[in-house]
Amino acid sequence: MLLIRCPYCEEDRSELEFRSVGEAHIVRPDNIAEISDEAFAEYFFLRDNPKGLIYERWRHIHGCGRFFNAVRHTVSDKFVMTYKAGEPKPDLPAATPVAQPLAQEGAAK
Amino acid sequence: MRKYSVFAVAREALRGHKGWEAQWTSPEPRKEYDVIIVGGGGHGLGAAYYLAKEHGITNVAVIEKGWLGGGNTGRNTTIIRSNYLYDESMGIYEHSLKLWENLSQELNYNVMYSPRGVMMLSHNVHDQQVFKRHIHANRLHGIDNEWLTPEQAKEFCPPLDISASARYPLNGAALQRRGGTARHDAVAWGYARAASDMGVHVIQNCEVTGIRRGPDGRVIGVETSRGFIGARKVGVSASGHNTQIMEMADVRVPLTSNPLQALVSEPMKPIFPCVVMSNTVHAYISQSDKGELVIGAGTDQFVSYSQTGGLQIITHTLDAICELFPIFRRVKMMRQWGGITDNTPDRSPIQSKTPVPGLYVNCGWGTGGFKATPGSAHLFAHLIARDAPHQHGAGFTLDRFRTGRLIDEAAAAAVAH
Repeated sequence: MLLIRCPYCEEDRSELEFRSVGEAHIVRPDNIAEISDEAFAEYFFLRDNPKGLIYERWRHIHGCGRFFNAVRHTVSDKFVMTYKAGEPKPDLPAATPVAQPLAQEGAAK
Repeated sequence: MRKYSVFAVAREALRGHKGWEAQWTSPEPRKEYDVIIVGGGGHGLGAAYYLAKEHGITNVAVIEKGWLGGGNTGRNTTIIRSNYLYDESMGIYEHSLKLWENLSQELNYNVMYSPRGVMMLSHNVHDQQVFKRHIHANRLHGIDNEWLTPEQAKEFCPPLDISASARYPLNGAALQRRGGTARHDAVAWGYARAASDMGVHVIQNCEVTGIRRGPDGRVIGVETSRGFIGARKVGVSASGHNTQIMEMADVRVPLTSNPLQALVSEPMKPIFPCVVMSNTVHAYISQSDKGELVIGAGTDQFVSYSQTGGLQIITHTLDAICELFPIFRRVKMMRQWGGITDNTPDRSPIQSKTPVPGLYVNCGWGTGGFKATPGSAHLFAHLIARDAPHQHGAGFTLDRFRTGRLIDEAAAAAVAH
């Protein structure tokens, strides 16, 4: 179970209070009716799926109810930081120190 | 390749079992292949097998980062069924189920396909309407699926609690009798052995680190931890890591990777005769031939490559199992693990040509790829060999996210599966 820091409540709370709501910093095109099918597919369906740092939205659904953004490492699931919605995307170097990955190989069955 | 048979067993028993040969060879990679398959799971090994057998292309290598079947092929709960809603899905999964039925004979390898029946529980009016719609759609396509009353469901699966006081009362179930299970490792090994016998190179412990393209953009080979290996065509079938492999060729695919968990209990005497799924309370359970209860849990809802998953996900499933089958309340769980699934927005797979000539992708099987192993492999081999999809694979293009012709099984089943 993850501990997540809500930047509004300023508390570390259990993952059970939160809902993951996908990639952060996706901007809906202003001229949505005019963009090409390719551009629409990219906006609507294509998401970052990195093995490394990911920028994503979370919602403190069983707490303050607010949306915020987070930077997390997708191998260790370790949160690097969380920040309020509307704040600019933090510019983290790819080599940001994060916890060692958890056990990478589960028992195969 | 020496055939496996009862006579072979008897002969070896007399000789002290000294005559068994390696099931597949481990050759040094050639400089160039006609086709390289990236990913040595069931889908990739099967594709290599069908390339050799049905299309006469034997200059093929399967390149695997770890060991054969060590990814999702060896981590799933081995459920096989074809009772999907949409025409395209029924086509591809029923194609696969028909191949399962004869796979042990085809490969001369016991994959232990056991059509013990897959029963999907209905707990409310919505479930009932959805399942009956599936049943009617399936039967129109000649796929067996039938409606059971709670009493009939209990008769088919005696440990089930159908009492009115149950926490998750039952109002019926949908049963596909031809559905069932198979031994997952044997599927990978059987395909590897049969493919190797026809000249396919199975190369393990070799990580693909890049995809090299010629001046015209066409694929000319892959960079690996054992050096460059040339190829005229490359088929990518790397489940949770398809995104990373495809990025090596600058192709973005609409996938997110999520851990899906499973767990097994201590072994018990035979008690559970079929496969039971409940999408509504999220429980998937069967009993292996070793006697362990094999239980499928849910996915973490965020991108992760952790191969572990959150504890609350499995406790949620176990809560449901204990309510549906009170008899299992004191059973101890023995092992838990996660596999990284690659999920598409419409929860249907992608098997497609890509914008890069000579590069093909088989991905997005999400949480339900094992059942499709033979069918997917067969259709992927067809796609690579002919550069055009088989009729059963034609709808599963990468292009459908641009055209909007989605195959929306996520909406059809209201759950990833």
